[in-house]
Amino acid sequence: MRKLYQEETEMRVLILAKEGEQSAAAKPPAADAMAAYQKFNEELIKAGVVIGAGRLSPSAQGKRVRFDGKKRTVIDGPFAESKELVAGYWLWQVRSIDEALEWLKRAPYDGGIFEIREISMSEGV
Amino acid sequence: MCEGALVIDRRDGDAPEGPGRGETAATEAHRAIEAIWRIESARLIARLARVVGDIGTAEELAQDALVAALEQWPAAGVPERPGAWLMGTAKHRAIDLIRRRQALERRHEELGRDVERAQEGLDLDTAIDEEVGDDLLGLIFAACHPVLSKDARVALTLRVLGGLTTEEIARGFLVPVSTIAQRIVRAKRTLAEAHVRFEVPGGPERVARLASVLEVIYLIFNEGYSATAGEDWVRPALCEEALRLGRILAELAPTEPEVHGLVALMEIHASRLRARVGPSGEPVLLLEQDRSNWDRLLIRRGLAALERAERLGGAMGPYALQAAIAACHARAATAAETDWPRIAALYDAVAQLAPSPVVELNRAVAVGMAFGPAAGLDLVDALIPDPSLQAYHLLPAVRGDLLRKLGRSEEARAEFERAASLTQNARERELLQRRAAECAADGIVG
Repeated sequence: MRKLYQEETEMRVLILAKEGEQSAAAKPPAADAMAAYQKFNEELIKAGVVIGAGRLSPSAQGKRVRFDGKKRTVIDGPFAESKELVAGYWLWQVRSIDEALEWLKRAPYDGGIFEIREISMSEGV
Repeated sequence: MCEGALVIDRRDGDAPEGPGRGETAATEAHRAIEAIWRIESARLIARLARVVGDIGTAEELAQDALVAALEQWPAAGVPERPGAWLMGTAKHRAIDLIRRRQALERRHEELGRDVERAQEGLDLDTAIDEEVGDDLLGLIFAACHPVLSKDARVALTLRVLGGLTTEEIARGFLVPVSTIAQRIVRAKRTLAEAHVRFEVPGGPERVARLASVLEVIYLIFNEGYSATAGEDWVRPALCEEALRLGRILAELAPTEPEVHGLVALMEIHASRLRARVGPSGEPVLLLEQDRSNWDRLLIRRGLAALERAERLGGAMGPYALQAAIAACHARAATAAETDWPRIAALYDAVAQLAPSPVVELNRAVAVGMAFGPAAGLDLVDALIPDPSLQAYHLLPAVRGDLLRKLGRSEEARAEFERAASLTQNARERELLQRRAAECAADGIVG
């Protein structure tokens, strides 16, 4: 895949919030944690960084489809591997992965793993 | 203090991307500093400008802090709160600077106001620490002040609000670095000489000043969207920069309908950026674009912003109207489903609000699509004598298109050739020449 434009452009990154046990239950966070999150999110929006965001329902309400040749198997939630489960996501527009990293490091979380993945903007996607 | 371009160690495109394992701590720190500068610079400059009074000094102080970071962080590591570190460093320098100025002034004045002065020093300290939400908005209004030329406003805005280097701005506008550097220096001087204050204007002045801000952002966007010169048809980096500025402005001035109108217009136009360029970099016109390549997220954001403008009672503002036109295209699943009568009516409204020959030309296109090429051609022909359109390539391009639809291929060919000779953009010239050739082929077949 070739790059669409010669010049350096911005990128979109997906931030996947893997909040451990919370991802399976997706229980609402404590009030002060929520306030800190909202303050941070507001700062991001004011900086023109956030272009999309969402919080996921508990994995108990989720479903999976496994593909195996012609066969499709539906698996009901909740899913076991709670550490890897995504509880929410952000879509950011940034200039570089480093910028995303610097923003993310400021997030008011005290647990969990947050993953930054660049969205490929190449043609045909 | 250095006035020149800020150069942060920027790796070129050939270098492997991402923080590789072999990277030294120093390189890593430089990457972090570049990103942090991008995040912090506008707020830093805005807060300093409010306190020291002018953009030039504020930017120099911010740059001094950046230089200090570049000297210290690679060895000492990036501090836990880098924004606060930069602000603290800049603050100390600002206080030093103001004390020096005051000492100088004192030498020229009689004694007796020392107590007052000392008090001012204290106020300054707290003034810098104070987070004032409107700082950034004040900086936007100052950088886009009508006392500056359009070019100067654009360059200064990209520099102090976008955090772009002089080189990046020069690359964006295809002009020599020295030109941009000079423009910025002069702009800062002009603002200082005109004693432009850092405040968010109110009352009737606010309307005019806001219009100037919106104009600057839209100019930046358009230069990226339809590059007026050069080899590339679009330069998306400029569009993205303008869009970001617009989104920031929408949060800072959420009750201004036209801000949302402009954001809506830019979001919807930007949604087509990918579809606007063909496989070899050639322009693809709106009606021929592959709509599956339109960015649905940006369309959704654009429609939401338009709704916001309309809810605020701004449905009839010039930007909201143009956004409404863009939305007509965005909502049509195929080119054939476009609601041309509505677009023609919206252009009528734009023409009444802000009459201009370019708007008239666009109205002619919409009328041609809605009510037939002959009706469109009548409107275009009325524009031919307009002196401001004499060198405007889209006049003959539109005329050529309508003539061809009317089967007047030979006249159409001449118009496309004329349009090709007028455009400054190489890609657009090729497209127009191709259309001229198609008309010539019509002639042979017909």
